[in-house]
Amino acid sequence: MRNEQATKLIFDLSQPGRRATRFPQADVPVKPLSEYLPADQLAEEPPPLPEVTEADVVRHFVNLSQLNMSVDTHFYPLGSCTMKYNPKRHERWAKLPGIGDLHPYLSEDRIQGMLAILYEMQEMLGEIAGLPAVSLQPAAGAQGELTALLTAAAYFQDKGEDRKKVLFPASAHGTNPASAAIAGFDCVQLNSTKDGLVDMEELKENIDEQTAVFMITNPNTVGLFEKEIAEISRLMHEAGGLVYIDGANMNAILGITRPGDFGGDMMHYNVHKTFTGPHGAGGPGSGPIAVRDFLGPFLPGPILTKSEDADGNPRYSLTDPEKSIGRVRSFFGNVGILLRGYFYLRTLGPKGVREVSETAVLNANYLLAKLKDVLPVPNGDRCMHEFVASAKTLQKEKGISAMDIGKRLLDFGFHAPTVYFPLVVAEALMIEPTETESRATLDAFADAIRQIVEEEPDFLHQAPHSTMHSRPDDVAAARKPVLKWSAQ
Amino acid sequence: MSYIFTTPEQQQEMLQEIGVNSIEELFASIPPELRFQGELDLQPAKCELELEQEIAGRAKQNQAGSGLTCFLGGGVYDHFIPSVVDEISSRGEYYTAYTPYQAEASQGSLQVFFEYQTLICQLTGMDVSNASLYEGGTAITEAALMAMRVTRRSKKVAVLKSVHPEYREVLKTYLKLQGAELVEIGTADGTADLEDVKAALDEETAALVIQNPNFYGNLEQVHELAEAAHEKEALLICSVDPLSLGVLKRPGDMGVDIVTAEGQPLGIPMQYGGPFLGILACRQEYMRKMPGRVIGTTNDRLGAPCFVLNLQAREQHIRRDKATSNICTNQGLLALRATIYMTSIGPQGLKEVGELCCQKAHYAAEKLTAVDGYELAFDRPFFKEFVLRCPVSAKDVIDRAAESGLGLGPKLSQFEEEIGSETENLLLVAVTEKRTREEIDSLAEVLANGISERMLAQHA
Amino acid sequence: MDPANLKYTKTHEWVALDGDIATVGITEFAAGQLTDLSYIELPDVGRKLSAGEDCGVVETVKAASDLYAPVAGEVTEVNSTLEEDYDLLTNEPVGDGWIMKLKVDDAADVESLLDLQAYQAHCETEDH
Repeated sequence: MRNEQATKLIFDLSQPGRRATRFPQADVPVKPLSEYLPADQLAEEPPPLPEVTEADVVRHFVNLSQLNMSVDTHFYPLGSCTMKYNPKRHERWAKLPGIGDLHPYLSEDRIQGMLAILYEMQEMLGEIAGLPAVSLQPAAGAQGELTALLTAAAYFQDKGEDRKKVLFPASAHGTNPASAAIAGFDCVQLNSTKDGLVDMEELKENIDEQTAVFMITNPNTVGLFEKEIAEISRLMHEAGGLVYIDGANMNAILGITRPGDFGGDMMHYNVHKTFTGPHGAGGPGSGPIAVRDFLGPFLPGPILTKSEDADGNPRYSLTDPEKSIGRVRSFFGNVGILLRGYFYLRTLGPKGVREVSETAVLNANYLLAKLKDVLPVPNGDRCMHEFVASAKTLQKEKGISAMDIGKRLLDFGFHAPTVYFPLVVAEALMIEPTETESRATLDAFADAIRQIVEEEPDFLHQAPHSTMHSRPDDVAAARKPVLKWSAQ
Repeated sequence: MSYIFTTPEQQQEMLQEIGVNSIEELFASIPPELRFQGELDLQPAKCELELEQEIAGRAKQNQAGSGLTCFLGGGVYDHFIPSVVDEISSRGEYYTAYTPYQAEASQGSLQVFFEYQTLICQLTGMDVSNASLYEGGTAITEAALMAMRVTRRSKKVAVLKSVHPEYREVLKTYLKLQGAELVEIGTADGTADLEDVKAALDEETAALVIQNPNFYGNLEQVHELAEAAHEKEALLICSVDPLSLGVLKRPGDMGVDIVTAEGQPLGIPMQYGGPFLGILACRQEYMRKMPGRVIGTTNDRLGAPCFVLNLQAREQHIRRDKATSNICTNQGLLALRATIYMTSIGPQGLKEVGELCCQKAHYAAEKLTAVDGYELAFDRPFFKEFVLRCPVSAKDVIDRAAESGLGLGPKLSQFEEEIGSETENLLLVAVTEKRTREEIDSLAEVLANGISERMLAQHA
Repeated sequence: MDPANLKYTKTHEWVALDGDIATVGITEFAAGQLTDLSYIELPDVGRKLSAGEDCGVVETVKAASDLYAPVAGEVTEVNSTLEEDYDLLTNEPVGDGWIMKLKVDDAADVESLLDLQAYQAHCETEDH
């Protein structure tokens, strides 16, 4: 069934003179372009893009799409990524005329409907976080982290304090230290306890008057709630520092507990994870941040404010916070993704939001219970919305690695879990089923793993067996990088 | 309503399997005093039909929706989007997949991004492209940080003031805490003065950042600026309009070292400012200093060619605080749109779009400046966008045009510290291939009838 | 080269001093952590380095380690064979797999680095 012709590189399908899209003749008087444009910049010929017909384009990209696994087609328990179902209604609404086609420089009074939506989104994210001041601007989670750190830096500077240290546990996402470094901070990594939680003693040793921010994911990346979080926050606050909550795992705690209530001062959301803005094969994301009131004046602008006009009607305006750190990107934000998050929250309502987390945690614990005898979970029998299993014993006894299991799962029609993250668990398989999977799917997935661990190791080393390709050579790719097609 | 697919009975059975009595027990690790009590203050749930009606109502409140003929510019443009772009990018196999960590399960996305990287190289004349960044502003900024790594000059970056003010603001935000100085070079005449540029660059400058066509729509002297930068062994970073490259020389052929662009014109809807597409491409020798995700080819275990994520050792999940950037996501779905767009229009289409934009913009400039009191703010070659000096405030012109269903803007006064001179009356006008002669004529007519007399009278 | 006659850094470089020229490489311990090398970046000849400055990278597909200048000095030579033959670095890190030669600012700086015994003790603390 595979169409090998259509899935050739588009450049190999090119034939001179073909094209898909045509443009009309100019309906205005024309002059030679040389009268308008400087001679030394006029192109002699257009760039050598491929020349294909519309049918070529369609067949090529549709056939390629079928070489992907996706949430729409497969169970996708990729830990830390919250691959939940993406409601189709969001796609329709985000593209509505008057919603999807607004130019960002339209004046406020002509886009009150859009501004109202974005204002409400700000309010909802503040409420769920328990942190009232919100900026929707950051383009993704990593940029949210950076924005919050810049906000913190501006706050300390405003207070006349020079704090240079950012602390984070070893289990942190790589974006935490990367963002801290870009924001100009010194990174201090703390070890975790063997239970997978923050080592309180080590934390105490490292907190001092130089400490600016402690960055922590809660629930953390091994799927546990950091139950000492209140004490951590107290210690940080006592030392004059701030606590940053990486919100990658918000799907576990919506309506259950709030970062602002457990001591966080700043957090980011991943709207593309928690609130279904689809993942788009790698993005776009959207990483709004929520912070405490006293940090609000430093947020990047513009943010939305609401007032009343003379007739008592609401009026929404774009405002720059008083001591703003400035922009972190052009234009308002990844509005297309924010809209999908907004539609989602409006569909759920307060009860539905809470049910999301309850069911996500139920599904994860169920899967953990079904798997722990064959795939041990080093950090206990309970988890939040995801858990990290370890193939360490399997590796030692049979030579079966986390990678082998992940790859073999593809043959069963399941996407692999996140493997080899977090770094603190050997042979890690990070499994996040999300709330939008049925019990039948979870059972089938557990059965598949139980079968896999009994299979011949050599057979597993060569898995997957049913996909078009198996085990690409990463080393060869990195040694001699080929990053584009070239004409022979 | 939540999207939950287990029945209450099944939930009970699942709880039993886990060995607890209630869902509540699963949250036992959260100390009770930290639990949120009560219900979040959110609006009650709405079903699909109800919410669709509400959203439709909100859409109507945006008078500026599809009912407005768009002459707005400033980095986002109303270009034509062929239907294949929407159709294909609406496939769930693309938009509900994630980062292609599992190459075997992601060959579709991987091949698309590999084709994207190739197309961007073809388009810009550069050697390597990444698989995309957030948008135009962060693309310029990442390029500047990259230039600092390449040149090992961490103290200074120079930027022309004719670069988009919001891009410059992003650059400023990021450089501030790196402890690097951002030297802004004035462009009062609408483009850079070469002598000013030469005076501003020195042996500590990592890069000169320019935009071509620049924020005002004007063309900079790219060759000369490249020479000036290279004289001090600084890199030239140039942000381009990708749709200008059917008629303008490619930056790679004009001495540019790192090309960036806002990819929105390549088949991406305006969406009130995002998500868009940050394009970044560079010369071969800087490949390993490049930020962001990159796809490469390799062979599978049976020797068949295929695609994988490549050069990951530069990225945050491995390098952590030493990474080339903190970026994790790319703009996969937008890169897909751009890929489909570029393959659909092909070289000929790219040339035609460029020609149409350029011809129509010049026609519009002629018509609008024929109206009493209106003139071009700069006497410089431009591509599809120009700054109009109005006899009254730009805001009044925008408001009046909107009443006639014509969208104009941005006004330059909405950006801080522009040009240095009086900006109250300055207005950007962009003309894409979609604007018809009739629409341009009616804009001229609105200016002629509506504004000049009535408002001049007011302002007198 | 006799390991006992070399000096070491906590970042796993070894240094052999001959007059004012220091030969620098990575230790067996560091090389042992590297499987499937995919890229080596060496510093430019003529570059002046301060002590502890990062001056190159060794990458595998899944990891990257920076190279640091053990002492201040100017790069006089780099082992460009490494760029062709990655295995040389993993097979003979202390010997033909040397990385660069530095004309040191002050030979006494080398003396203050770790000796073999102190370095081995340091590795034990890391390797747990």
